[in-house]
Amino acid sequence: MVNTEIKLKGLTLKNPVMTASGTFGYGEEYTDFVDLADLGGIVVKGTTLNHREGNPYPRMAETPKGMLNCVGLQNKGVDYFIETIYPRIKDFDTNVIVNVSGSNIDDYVVAAAKIDALEKIPAIELNVSCPNVKQGGMAFGVTCSGIEQVVKAVRDAYHKHLIVKLSPNVTNIAEIAKAAEAAGADSVSLINTILGMAIDAETRRPVLSMVTGGLSGACVKPVALRMVWQVAKAVKIPVIGLGGISSATDAIEFLLAGASAIEIGTANFIDPAISAKIAKGIVEYCERHQVNDVNELIGGLIV
Amino acid sequence: MKKISDFTVVGKQSWRRAACLRLKCDDKLPEIRGGQFVHVRVDGGQQTYLRRPISIHDVDYQNNTIDLLIQEKHEGTKILCGLPVGSKVNLVYPLGNGFTMPENDDEILLVGGGIGIAPLLYFAKTIKENRNKKVSFLLGGRSSDDLILLERFREVGEVLITTNDGSLGECGFVTQHSLWNMKKINKIYACGPMPMMKAVAKVAREKDIWCEVSLENQMACGIGACLCCVENTTEGNVCVCKEGPVFNINRLLW
Repeated sequence: MVNTEIKLKGLTLKNPVMTASGTFGYGEEYTDFVDLADLGGIVVKGTTLNHREGNPYPRMAETPKGMLNCVGLQNKGVDYFIETIYPRIKDFDTNVIVNVSGSNIDDYVVAAAKIDALEKIPAIELNVSCPNVKQGGMAFGVTCSGIEQVVKAVRDAYHKHLIVKLSPNVTNIAEIAKAAEAAGADSVSLINTILGMAIDAETRRPVLSMVTGGLSGACVKPVALRMVWQVAKAVKIPVIGLGGISSATDAIEFLLAGASAIEIGTANFIDPAISAKIAKGIVEYCERHQVNDVNELIGGLIV
Repeated sequence: MKKISDFTVVGKQSWRRAACLRLKCDDKLPEIRGGQFVHVRVDGGQQTYLRRPISIHDVDYQNNTIDLLIQEKHEGTKILCGLPVGSKVNLVYPLGNGFTMPENDDEILLVGGGIGIAPLLYFAKTIKENRNKKVSFLLGGRSSDDLILLERFREVGEVLITTNDGSLGECGFVTQHSLWNMKKINKIYACGPMPMMKAVAKVAREKDIWCEVSLENQMACGIGACLCCVENTTEGNVCVCKEGPVFNINRLLW
């Protein structure tokens, strides 16, 4: 019997597999395909203080082994979440984590404080890295001083496990991670999408309504893996790895690079049952390699 | 209940830039409504990554088969159209809302343009199961080459045709067909290229006819999770994959 339990500060995952915000709805969309009890956690859609319509269509462009999106944080606001969605999802047999976004520090703080009051939400993931919204948080996530400000403010208002989701669109992600740690983050998750662009040569126009968008999917995995490795060496708090993970082998690679847990994102679109398959595949890997505890794999890269 | 299942291509009919695949599943098919779609995984493409949403053209519950009528547009649909009999394909299905079933005394018209004729056949069959009134199709194409599988539609109902070049049926667009002045219609169901659906919606509004259209916005997840395929409606941005693909024209802003 392989132990798969992962303990992050104040947050216990039954296994290291979570689903990434924006790719798994509120979990309900996937219950025909996945028993959510098989997952360590789900991170639900980015939530902001106020209702947001998001960006105009088209919001998506397919790329080789990946996709660009510029959804722009469409959601009905934190009060709608609390009144309408939370009652439906609070009793899922897994950790339900809310991704919180904002365009100024007060918005982050107020939204985080409201979610702090929800008994069945053990953690939030602070999105300081959305590339698709003007002041969509990425402004905070790309400088050490910006991330310090927002994390400190939210830390004062939020008392449970605080994950800070980092942007890859920076020169030195390890420095940003250290700033988040110093400001009180309990863990960091990375990477959010990589800023990219697609052009339709026939029409000579951009494919996306916002011209640029966030790249995700299998194609970003090597970049994500490198950044997880760099950050895991630089900080003492746990690292949650994501970016292109599409198989159990990919997930193991992130654990070896130093991630304590992982999130499955765009791969959910290709196979809506993939998250539970990856959780099972991690156990099979451990059995094959005589590993009794998944925790032994974390940072186990031999260099 | 939505499922994810492997199917085998057991039959195929091909045209110059389209194919009709008959897919068979070992599992029993769930109940499928006319106008719903499948999300097909595309394997082996250089540029492809995501699934492709394809309308359900026909369903045979006895033999556990689904027919998909696919037009070659880019690499993904080209790969699907090129699948030989015997290949495996993976479907997430049935997705979307489907068309609203008409009442017994409704005078309905099913309007299809190009490959948009695909979902109308199965929908018409489900209508016929519920009532014995004749179903009428109005199908349009650029030329007679575009209008495929007409014999299948004729087995289900009356088929009226327009072509832009006059090579089959009446010459012109579907909205220019003579039936509009002759027949009394109180429900229209339309699927086809955007300009055609907009023109049909315009006629429906002018004549005050109830009308549903099926949209094909680009999708990623197909199940309402990613919010990529949104249509701006009277209630704001909504997912075409989950709240659609069928919309009453009164909800649309065009």
